[in-house]
Amino acid sequence: MAVERIQRVSGTALPVRGDNIDTDRIIPARFLRSVSFEGLETHLFEDDCREAAARESNSHPAANPIFAPATVMIVNRNFGCGSSREHAPQAIRRRGIRAIVGESYSEIFFGNATALGMPCVSAAPDVVSALLDLAETMPSTEFVVDLQSMTVTAGDSTRPIALPAPARDAFLTGTWDATGLLLSDFDEVYAVAERLPYISGW
Amino acid sequence: MPSTLFQKVWDAHSVRRLPTGQTQLFIGLHLIHEVTSPQAFDMLRARGDRVAFPERTIGTVDHIVPTKNQRRPFIDLKAEEMLSSLERNCREYGVQLLDLQSGQQGIVHVIGPELGLTQPGMTIACGDSHTSTHGAFGAIAFGIGTSQVRDVLASQCLAIEPLKVRRIEVRGRPGAGVYAKDVILTIIRRLGVNGGVGYAYEYGGETIDRMSMDERMTICNMSIEGGARVGYVNPDQKTYDYLQARRFAPHGDAFERAVRWWSSLASDPDAAYDDRVVIDAAEIKPTVTWGINPGESVSVDEAIPADADSEALAFMGVARGQRVSGTPIDVAFIGSCTNGRLSDLREAARLVRGHHVASHVKALVVPGSQSVRAAAEREGLDRVFTDAGFEWRGAGCSMCLAMNDDRLEGTQVCASSSNRNFKGRQGSPTGRTLLMSPAMVAAAAIAGEIVDVRQFSATEAVVGR
Repeated sequence: MAVERIQRVSGTALPVRGDNIDTDRIIPARFLRSVSFEGLETHLFEDDCREAAARESNSHPAANPIFAPATVMIVNRNFGCGSSREHAPQAIRRRGIRAIVGESYSEIFFGNATALGMPCVSAAPDVVSALLDLAETMPSTEFVVDLQSMTVTAGDSTRPIALPAPARDAFLTGTWDATGLLLSDFDEVYAVAERLPYISGW
Repeated sequence: MPSTLFQKVWDAHSVRRLPTGQTQLFIGLHLIHEVTSPQAFDMLRARGDRVAFPERTIGTVDHIVPTKNQRRPFIDLKAEEMLSSLERNCREYGVQLLDLQSGQQGIVHVIGPELGLTQPGMTIACGDSHTSTHGAFGAIAFGIGTSQVRDVLASQCLAIEPLKVRRIEVRGRPGAGVYAKDVILTIIRRLGVNGGVGYAYEYGGETIDRMSMDERMTICNMSIEGGARVGYVNPDQKTYDYLQARRFAPHGDAFERAVRWWSSLASDPDAAYDDRVVIDAAEIKPTVTWGINPGESVSVDEAIPADADSEALAFMGVARGQRVSGTPIDVAFIGSCTNGRLSDLREAARLVRGHHVASHVKALVVPGSQSVRAAAEREGLDRVFTDAGFEWRGAGCSMCLAMNDDRLEGTQVCASSSNRNFKGRQGSPTGRTLLMSPAMVAAAAIAGEIVDVRQFSATEAVVGR
């Protein structure tokens, strides 16, 4: 696998407000009826978009062409909870998003996004709130997520972000695709298997 | 040093510390199904990798199987393509597949335990968040995404970080009409839908100790709804009795040796925990969700709280201060990896016997596996359900997530024994799900509205006299 180091993601932002946005909302199960991930991006937040459109007052940002070029997504708390479907981060990434800034994430979603090379960084609630406001009111604002300096810059403000050290390390060194790492030194894997009584035989 | 089961099992499966600081963890059992594995096999193919330990992966088909007409090819061509792809991949890579002809097909989290594949002390992974179910046996089991399914296929390992352990002790005895489902819904409500992020939940205390393996599976199954990727119960005599003579469990002398190893893995009495929570079982009542996540629940006789989330209220068409009892339902669903096992069907059937489903309600029972279905039929439960007006279906995930043709329509309200009440979860973007125990679903199906199962039983006794 080619090593792709991920240090910095920049571009405009897609603001998606709300706590506990589950993966069924990100990509409803009926769109998982396929043997590939292709085309998932066209159904990203589809039911939420429809619900917002029915309310007519405001459209869902994912359906708003102003946000179409976004490469950074801003979310609130416990984003990506529920089903483990990797289809959710796949749909987000295929839509063009390369990094997510939010208050917190479900663990499985975080791991799936990391495996795709899409960092999910955390920021304090007031920072996220300011970023959401900014993205909504001035959609052309450039956002820079920098894993080297661990900051997010938007407009004239630079604020701190957090990312667990192993994930940060994996992005900076280009080892976020774990398969290669796991396949090196395979003798040790056999040794562990041999020590487990349910594998070596009771 | 005294330690938890989590730590012991983690240590036994640790291969090495990776340069990133993560642990390379050996996975003892890998379960796959048709939705999250085809892309993983394609990635494997693209890399030119083989399956490292094909005998440690087992496949079945559950999410997309039709529960009415299972003749191949399926009428639903997409479902047919997904199953065909799984069959092809399993054949090509030498992975055993428990398919529709096997008599042992079913929801992956129902068949793992019933076949004795799930055993104490194992690490278990599956591309499905409800893999936490297997923790009921004292295994460390968790859901993974498709890229990680690829990793396990290629290396039988995952790159992963250790979790903290929270001991959740449920003390005392719950009252009549209170089931494992009510216990876990109460835990999630108390600790929050993201309260478990970063933790493995260790469930214990008198209530959990007294539970059957089926009930413990219901508890562990919904750990993920509380944000905890892993949930487990320490293995005990009930665990060993359950496993004895199961197809993939050790037999004879090997079983005795296995029990000795399994027993050594239980958390030590003086193990240190990162957190402890105590819950009084006597305070738990039959519980129903009113909102759009599994933490938004109330007791059946309690009002929807004053601080309820507006978005959830609007979606569900309910108001603060309103009670869930008396809510009319359109659909009743009994099944899923949470509550689709034989004991769930027995309890629902006990309540249903002699009654009839309300005329406006569509009610279906979807056994968790072909084995559960066959066992239920041997006991005549299918007749109890069909006589009462329920549909008796083939095994699968069905209306829990509506990837087959069982789904809500429009704004239908469903009393469901499943695990998620997310917006759109049951197949209609505007459908409404109320989660509850299978007994409560059975009572709601008969009454046509949400009722307190404790009063329902009383009514039945009067009628019987």
